[in-house]
Amino acid sequence: MAKNEIKYLTAIKQEKPKKKFCRFKKYGIKYVDYKDVEFLKKFINEQGKLLPRRLSGNSLKYQRKVTDAVKKARQMSLLPYVTDLLK
Amino acid sequence: MNNYELMVIFTPVLSEEDFKSSQKKFQDIITELGGSTVHTNPWGLKSLAYPIQKKTTGIYWVLEFTLPAEGIEKLKIQLLRDEQVMRHMITRLDKYAVEYNYTKRNGGFPKTEKAEA
Repeated sequence: MAKNEIKYLTAIKQEKPKKKFCRFKKYGIKYVDYKDVEFLKKFINEQGKLLPRRLSGNSLKYQRKVTDAVKKARQMSLLPYVTDLLK
Repeated sequence: MNNYELMVIFTPVLSEEDFKSSQKKFQDIITELGGSTVHTNPWGLKSLAYPIQKKTTGIYWVLEFTLPAEGIEKLKIQLLRDEQVMRHMITRLDKYAVEYNYTKRNGGFPKTEKAEA
């Protein structure tokens, strides 16, 4: 145990999680294109699974548009169904 | 007259002029069914995210067109019959999608809002 390591009774709060916002409302994007793979990659994690709303911060209406765009991209093999490597 | 978008994956063994001739074939089918092609965009050879029919690459082709609704069934039959087509997808475009494709074609977006966040 390093001598200078100070032990706090309560864990210090690292940093305030940044305020999540729905990027679709903010930037006025109305249509999620299933061909735009780079943009869709922001909404899936490393295994290729869809991020839930609490992580992606989308509103319900646009989260649904994102899901069926990702599913279309998977169907046309632009996105893998499951992958392990960091894409 | 609805707006549709067709994306087709051809087998990679297709030569260049076969690719052109099959593009032309489908566009003729659409025009004879009473529709019109708005924009064609061949992506060419791309590697697939997962193998389809034991092949790991495919030739992509995206076509935006307008067609009366009852013509879609016939177009689908033609697509299913053609064995060079590995996979196809017809999506219907709402007005936002049409506007999105239009802005994407001539002149990108005013602000690259996709890049942020």
